[in-house]
Amino acid sequence: MCAFEIKNLKLSVSDNVILDGLSLKILPGEIHAFVGKNGIGKSSLAKAIAGHPAYKIQRGDIVLDGESIVGKAPDEIARKGFFLAFQSPQELTGISLANFIRAAVQARLPKGTPLNGVDFYKNLYAKMEALQMDKSFTSRSLNDGFSGGEKKRCEVLQMMMVEPKYAILDEMDSGLDIDALKIVSNAVNAMRDGTFAAIIITHHNKLLEYIGPDFVHIISDGKIAMSGGLELIDRLEKFGYGFIHDEHTL
Amino acid sequence: MDNLHQSIDAANFHYDIDYKYDAGVGLHEQTIDYISDVKNDAPWIREFRKTALKKFHEISLPRWVTNRDVRDLDFSAIRYYLANDQLPQMSWEKVPQDVKTTFERLGVPEKERKFFAGVEAQFDSESAYSRIKEDLSKQGVIFVNSTEGLNKFPEIFRKYFGTVVPITDNKFSALNSAVFSGGSFIYVPKNVQVKQPLQAYFRINSERFGQFERTLIIVDEGAEVTYLEGCTAPKFETSTLHSAVVEIIALKNAKIQYITVQNWSNNVFNLVTKRGVAHENAEIKWIDCNIGSRLTMKYPAIYLAGKYAKGEVLSIAVAADGQIQDTGAKMIHLADNTSSNIVSKSVSFGGGMASYRGVVNISKNLKGCKNNTVCDALLINPTSKTATFPKINVSGNKNIVQHEASVSKISEEQIFYMQQRGIPEAQAVSLSVNGFINDLVREFPMEYSIEMKRLIDMQTEKAIG
Repeated sequence: MCAFEIKNLKLSVSDNVILDGLSLKILPGEIHAFVGKNGIGKSSLAKAIAGHPAYKIQRGDIVLDGESIVGKAPDEIARKGFFLAFQSPQELTGISLANFIRAAVQARLPKGTPLNGVDFYKNLYAKMEALQMDKSFTSRSLNDGFSGGEKKRCEVLQMMMVEPKYAILDEMDSGLDIDALKIVSNAVNAMRDGTFAAIIITHHNKLLEYIGPDFVHIISDGKIAMSGGLELIDRLEKFGYGFIHDEHTL
Repeated sequence: MDNLHQSIDAANFHYDIDYKYDAGVGLHEQTIDYISDVKNDAPWIREFRKTALKKFHEISLPRWVTNRDVRDLDFSAIRYYLANDQLPQMSWEKVPQDVKTTFERLGVPEKERKFFAGVEAQFDSESAYSRIKEDLSKQGVIFVNSTEGLNKFPEIFRKYFGTVVPITDNKFSALNSAVFSGGSFIYVPKNVQVKQPLQAYFRINSERFGQFERTLIIVDEGAEVTYLEGCTAPKFETSTLHSAVVEIIALKNAKIQYITVQNWSNNVFNLVTKRGVAHENAEIKWIDCNIGSRLTMKYPAIYLAGKYAKGEVLSIAVAADGQIQDTGAKMIHLADNTSSNIVSKSVSFGGGMASYRGVVNISKNLKGCKNNTVCDALLINPTSKTATFPKINVSGNKNIVQHEASVSKISEEQIFYMQQRGIPEAQAVSLSVNGFINDLVREFPMEYSIEMKRLIDMQTEKAIG
């Protein structure tokens, strides 16, 4: 069955429990937003799903289209259709943007299948145009000396090129000015073809306004404390994160 | 495209050949006489060889070489001269079948057609094929093997021979001076600019053998040349020795680029002496890539003898498990306003060891001299090793010297990032390694950079996969 499921997850890093009892099911085509205070474990969850060796899944399961991905190598998880747009992408000196993305696209083809270079570049240039990135970026070292906003566009570019089924966009909005935010949001919206599903981790409402998630989840105390629609954002705006507890105590 | 490759695997073959000329095993005065007789040496060369043999016995191994590294290298167990013909052919059709097939398998004739202005192909001790494009020879460019150079152009040969690398430079230059055979002799006349590179290809075919080519390049005032050498050998159980001497002279306003891609099999001891002299406003660039061999000791030097002379050494070393790449550069500033640049990058895999050993000398009376040295090392496995031994002697206060060194490991976060894009770990490491040396790889001709990338992929696969 097609779905992305997090089941009763207990997650720790260097013996500190970060999440405990988090569950969520995402169906194809859905966009979910994760909001919550800084340091609450949203980015950790993203990295754990991606298979980062430092994050230990102590209990629970992460299931991608019916198959557990816990313990699998990060590249295998990626090739199964999961993409993480990083909050702070790595700089890869000496590896050009085009060569890197090419390697990522190639990795998804059956072994021994050659990549059509002409088609690849056509596709790459079209997506760069949608993100209003200059063509000269293709020969630059990936993220090396890029501004914060350029890095974010580059993350989205990679996502568009590898066409994942499920993605987590971790603070896509940090470092982006309002125009860039619109461009990036439009690009993400263009991917919404009814099957692409994503979790958007954010602190800012503008991004959610542009993308319009189907669900909003507030993460607190290691789990999803509250789920709803965009109206949750309005309440957060008015009352701050404190209202979750007030409501619990009501 | 496959036969353009000269990878260790592709080059791992040899032919059993009955050599017409064989100096036998071991190094004695009779060995020298045998070589001199066969080559019909002029008396002064025979004397030069004999002096060198004495010096070879007198000079000790460089003090930084531990006995362990050269324990397996037994000078008395090596054959010092193996050849069939004394004169190289000018047409591949006339080259003996096995030799021709060897170079065809290594892609040499094909590359000659595509990229080069001239090719010399040495098989064990002697050059089997040598040819230069007609328009260049009409302009007076000489590109022959060293024996031919000695016989046909004795005046110019003798004037420069042994002047840049004296017999006593080190133990291995003495050894080469005693038994040298083959190698290139190049002369480029005034103001002639050779646009396409001249290529030499050195092939060892025989076991327990030593190859001792001797190359002498003289580029006259205002002239330019690029020389490219490649080397391979099959893998034998016993060790093989390659000990070349290269002397290059760039006269006033001349430019020389000397490019080496060393891909010996990993039982070859590669102990090479390379030195150049750059006269006024001349430029010498050593571009060096050491991938193969069991132990390489090579420190290309440039004597910046005329004012405004420029020297550059760009080197890449890859040390896989069981290999030692001990490489570096020497910049000896002898005139005002001379400048030198050294960029050295090494990658160590498994238990491989890559060292940088450098000398920069600027004496007190000089002014306006500059040196910039950068050495970066990348370690892949926890057992990988690297070391840097810079020696900088700068006197006076009118000169500028910069030295930067770094040792890095590929960060786990970078590998994770790449893996998250679907790229398997070994390939991610290999991309990083290629990224690390990328700026230097660009200095090599295209087909070599592709080959280097392939070799690095292979080493990474072994170390990580």
